[in-house]
Order: sequence, then C-alpha cells, then structure tokens
Amino acid sequence: MATQPEDLRELMRRREYRAGFVTAIESETVPPGLSEDVIRLISANKREPQWLLDFRLKAYRRWLTMEEPKWAHVHYPPIDFQAISYFSRPKSLAQRPKSLDEVDPKLLETYQKLGIPLKEQEMLAGVASPVAVDVVFDSVSVATTFKQKLAEAGVIFCPISEAVQEYPELVKKYLGSVVPFGDNFYAALNSAVFTDGSFVYVPKGVRCPMELSTYFRINERNTGQFERTLIIAEDGAYVSYLEGCTAPQRDENQLHAAVVELVALDDAQIKYSTVQNWYPGDEQGRGGIYNFVTKRGDCRGKRSRISWTQVETGSAITWKYPSCILRGDDSVGEFYSVAVTNNRQQADTGTKMIHVGKNTRSTIVSKGISAGYGQQSYRGLVRVLETAENARNHTRCDSLLIGDRCGAHTFPYTEVRNPTARLEHEATTSKIAEDQLYYCRARGISEEEAVSMIVNGFCKEVFKELPMEFAVEAGKLLAVSLEGAVG
Amino acid sequence: MLEIRNLHATVAGKDILKGLDLTVRAGEVHAIMGPNGSGKSTLAHVLAGREGYAVTQGTVRFEGKNLLELPPEARACEGLFLGFQYPVEIPGVSNLTLLKAALNAQRKHRGAPEIDATDFLVWVRECARVMGIDPKMLSRGVNEGFSGGEKKRNEILQMLVLQPRLAILDETDSGLDIDALKVVAEGINRLRAPQRAFVLVTHYQRLLDYVQPDFVHVLAGGRIVKSGGPELARELEEKGYGWLEAA
Ligand SMILES: Nc1ncnc2c1ncn2[C@@H]1O[C@H](COP(=O)(O)OP(=O)(O)O)[C@@H](O)[C@H]1O
Ligand SMILES: [Mg+2]
Repeated sequence: MATQPEDLRELMRRREYRAGFVTAIESETVPPGLSEDVIRLISANKREPQWLLDFRLKAYRRWLTMEEPKWAHVHYPPIDFQAISYFSRPKSLAQRPKSLDEVDPKLLETYQKLGIPLKEQEMLAGVASPVAVDVVFDSVSVATTFKQKLAEAGVIFCPISEAVQEYPELVKKYLGSVVPFGDNFYAALNSAVFTDGSFVYVPKGVRCPMELSTYFRINERNTGQFERTLIIAEDGAYVSYLEGCTAPQRDENQLHAAVVELVALDDAQIKYSTVQNWYPGDEQGRGGIYNFVTKRGDCRGKRSRISWTQVETGSAITWKYPSCILRGDDSVGEFYSVAVTNNRQQADTGTKMIHVGKNTRSTIVSKGISAGYGQQSYRGLVRVLETAENARNHTRCDSLLIGDRCGAHTFPYTEVRNPTARLEHEATTSKIAEDQLYYCRARGISEEEAVSMIVNGFCKEVFKELPMEFAVEAGKLLAVSLEGAVG
Repeated sequence: MLEIRNLHATVAGKDILKGLDLTVRAGEVHAIMGPNGSGKSTLAHVLAGREGYAVTQGTVRFEGKNLLELPPEARACEGLFLGFQYPVEIPGVSNLTLLKAALNAQRKHRGAPEIDATDFLVWVRECARVMGIDPKMLSRGVNEGFSGGEKKRNEILQMLVLQPRLAILDETDSGLDIDALKVVAEGINRLRAPQRAFVLVTHYQRLLDYVQPDFVHVLAGGRIVKSGGPELARELEEKGYGWLEAA
C-alpha cells in the first residue's frame, strides 16, 4: 500500500526470506534417532518428575503403533524419523539464564535481526503498548520478559519446562487434557519428545494486562522442533496470545510438530493468534519446514470463548487444524485464517468445531491465497452432537488464485445429530485478473503494490482480528511471500 | 504535449492502428469519433501501456519523453490518465484505498511527501460532491456492484482526484442518462486549464454540446481520416461515417 515503508519495497525486489540466516552458536545436540533412551535423556536433562516421563513413554509406545496420516492433500517423500535430532540447545543455555543480562549476546542478536529486540522490549515498558515475550530457540526457552509485571497480576507466563518444576500440579492437571497423548500420529510424537514451549495461566477474574507472545526459532540443522504450549484461563479470565515462527534457509526439510492446548473455563476468553513464517523452501521446492501441528481449544466453561487467528505464510508443507470443542453451554468458537502458498508450498489447513453444549456458536472465516505452483486445501469439520441444542455455525471460505498453475480445494465436512442446528456455508474462488492489475497501474500504482493491495483487501476480515501492531506486520509479510507471484 | 507519429500497433497478431498521426497541445480538447472497431480503444490502451498491445512502427512523445518505453504506472505518474471504456471491478479494495495508493504513488514520483490522511479525505469528498457520488460509495470496493453510469462517474472522480495533465476518456459518455452526462461534463470542464489537455473518445454529439472541443477527428481503419473543428462532429451526427469511408 502507499504507506509501505521503503525497506519493504526493497525486500520485495530482492525476493528473499529475510529470516533465513543461521546463528553461529555452539549447541549441544542429541545425535539423531528416537528411542526410549533418547526420551529418558531429554526428561532427565530437564529434571522432570516421574509422571511426566511416564506420559512421554506412554505416548512413544502408542506412536510406535500408529501410522503417519495420509489423508491430507499434500505430497512429500517419507520422513525418516531416525534421521532427526530430538533435542538441541545452545551451550550457553545449559543453565537457564536468570535474567536477560545472562543471555548469550549472539542469541539476543538473533532476535534483534528478526525484529524482536528483547532488551528494548523491557526498557520500553510503559512507553509503547508492551508485549511480554517468551522466545524458544531450537529446543529451549531463551528468556521471558515482563515476568514481574505479570506476576503482580497473578498471571503465570513461563517456559513449560519451568512450569513443570514450579507449578507441577497445574501442568499435571491440564497437560494432555485437550489433546490426549495418543490423539494422532504427530501429537503422539510431540507428547513423547516435546522439549519446550510456553505455559500461561490466568487466574479467576483476571484480565491479562498485556499481549503475550512466543517466538519460535529453529536454528540447528537436522533438528526437529516439538514445542508444547498450554494456556489456561480460569473463570472470567481474558488473555490474548501470539506466536511467531521463523527458521534458517536450508536445503533439507525440517520437521516442526507442535501441540497447543487451550482451556477456557466459565466466562473466560482466549484469543490465540499465529503469524507463521517458517522457511518455505526455495522456488524449486528444495528445503523448508514441514509444519504438522495439532492445536485445540476446549471451551470447557459456560459462555467461554476461544478464537484462533492464523496467518500462515511459511513452511513447505502445512498440516494444521486449530479446533474448538464447545463443551460449555453458550460457548463460542472462532477461526480466522489466511494461508498463502507460493512456489511449491502445500497447505492443508482448516478447523474443527465440535458443538457439545447448548446454544454454542462457531464462526469460520478462511482465506486461502495460492500463487506459483502452490497447492492449498481448506478442510473443515463442523460436528453438532445430540446434546447441542440450538447450535449455530457460519462458515465462509474464500480462495484467491494468482496465475494459473496453482490450485485451491475445499473439503467442508458436516455431521449434525441435532435437528435444531443451523449451519451456513459460503465459498468463493476468485483470481487476480490481469485487467485488475492493469487498471491499478494505469493509476500509477506498481504491480507489486497492486497485488499487495488486492491481497490485503481479500484478507481484511482476518487481519482485523489480529492485535493491531501484528496486523500491519502480517500485511507486509504477505506482500513479501507473494513477491514474484505475478508477471 | 502529445505527439503521435505514424503509429502502427497490433493486438493478438492483428494490425489495428495503421499509421496514425495526432498532435495535442496544452489547453486543447480533442474529440475522436469513429465507427465501432476502428481502433479508438486500441489507441487509448497503446497510450496507457497495456500489455499485449504491440507498437510495430512510429513514435509517441509525451511532454518531450518517449512514452512507449515507460511502464503503465510511470506514464500515469507523468500525468497521463485513461478513463476506461469498461472500468474494472476490484472487490475488497475500497475506492479510498485505490485513490490514496494512486495519489501517493504519483506524489512520490514527483518527490512530494505522502498526503496527510485528513487532507486526503477532505479532497476526495470534495471531488465526490462534484460528481454527485455518495461518500458512502467511497468505502465500497472499486466499481464493485456499481451500475454502468456509476462506474463512468467514478472514472471522472479518479481523474478529478489525480489531476492529470492529459486525460484520455474512452466513451465515458456511453450509457449515461442526460443528468449523469451533465455531471460528467461538469467534471471535465472543471479540470480544463491552459496547462491541461483532453482526448475524448465518443460516438455522440451530446457530450460535445457540454464540452466544447477544439478539434474533432475521425478514426477509421486505424488512421485519422479527417480532422476539423466542432462543426465536423455535427456533420457526422447527421451523415454517419459512411461518406468518409467512401471518400
Ligand atoms: N484483445 C483483443 N484481442 C483481439 N482483438 C482485439 C482485441 N482488442 C481489440 N481487438 C480488435 O481490434 C479492433 C479495434 O478494437 P477497438 O480498439 O476496441 O475499437 P473501438 O474502440 O474503436 O470500437 C476490433 O476489430 C477488435 O475486435
Ligand atoms: Mg472502444
């Protein structure tokens, strides 16, 4: 758009993945391969209690009996799970730093380059609207900012490995309560080997005083990232959480298999936003992250509300269905998604809304953008159980095609077991036409800017759900992802 | 301002313009008339730089510059405006967004800073008022669901906002009722100035009753076959084009 900063234009011209650098840092990486011994090693390394090791081993044994899912509309060579290293951490983090001053400057520099200046974050407190940040580098959490301020409000925001030590009863009560250890192939793998991630607990009646966010970064070669995030909002609590993801540019594929569990009790609200920009691979489809993620929110309480907002621009392959279980009466589930597939990227993404309680409502807005040879599928399930009197769902599913070598596919599934349910579904497919670009250019607007303007217009409904400062980021990210898509 | 010499152009392998000459000086209004399919829109698109419109011979200079080597957006930034015969719909992008992006792109080209958000709104609302366009329409998608007449008025609105040096209006008067025609003419007249020029592509004398042209040309078979003053338009209205082609 006209307000685009100069550096964005420059970026678009250079057509590069700006998070694609590698941090030269000494790491301790467990040799590739998965076995009970590796799991015991990870667990011992983190000084975990027995119950957690048991949870991991149960999951591992289940995983061994499971098959990789094949139903998604994506294609890739078989993954060799024995070639992946399941744990890597910068040497300097062997002892968790107590404050930012103890963090290796090289790590801080990495986040600075990614636009997440941890130091300034703390210093700017009280000036700009503050955002508390947890950062996860390969398998471990680097630092969490604003802990003190959050603690004053009673909010817990820390790496999940720390929560296991400090708040074991909370973790034990909720971990695996939304996504059971054997839920699916990748969730089972994650349950067996998860290394770090964020833990959030907002007590009764507390409105979290700031945005919370986690930045995930994969750095090491041949390393998988298996983070686990658990967010609990007690009665009447509110929290808005954002995750961002990047990885270096590498020729081989890397696996990212996360699990996110959200629990909202009576009258609680959780807003979960994702700006996913994992390395997507090059134009020929070499390299890139396999993003196989299980995200699920449980509206356990009455009148609770969970919103998923995602902007998915990265990854070679995305396989992801953030879902809501609407258990509490009058609870609300929302899913707002923008997914981009350019070059050889593939995405099979959507949501599941499971209506259990009475008067439960769900909204699905999915915006898919395909360019180059990108292949994208929307896969959504709306299930209304016998108990869900007066359930409502509205689904809107729009695809935008740029060029004629890409594809968009829609797979909406509905299962309705209560006749009072009302479901609406709308779907459209459109193209950025040559004459639209010409029309804009005839007014003085460059082709890149015209594409970015049209794409931003297409995504408006979703962007307005993101926290303000990230909405702008997301728009820029989209423009960069689509560089070279036309012409 | 605009000098077209011996212009030949092909579209989809077909020769459409076959040696066209036209000179437009600052302050002038030229009307181009001619039978359907004679190449009027082709000329307009060649001047605006549409892809697929290949110039095979001839030159076009605009304000001393070789127009043909510039991409469409640079031509617009240099002050060339094309009012489309068939304005394009861009759902999801509001008229305001398009206008602001266009205005700022052109300002940037001139080395001017971005326009202040409030100044912009005041300016666009003023232009919309002249064109009888409801301010609410400004927030709707570009031409999205607009009637034929609304689209044409929207083209003139864009012209008023952007203040081009040379406006080529391709059949902006077609499909307008008399009231809308008067509004469009008012928009054009408002912009008439000694430093500006217009090329009006039209089929009808009607528009020329409200916007007095200095020159009238007949385009037939890819060339200007006759030029004259305003009286030529009235003659054409009476006799049609047949007598020219026969001649
Ligand atoms: N994109 C195109 N592909 C093929 N033929 C075209 C195209 N555009 C215009 N033409 C042809 O070029 C000729 C001139 O068209 P046009 O310039 O639109 O005429 P006018 O505007 O004078 O009615 C017509 O014969 C038309 O069919
Ligand atoms: Mg025409």
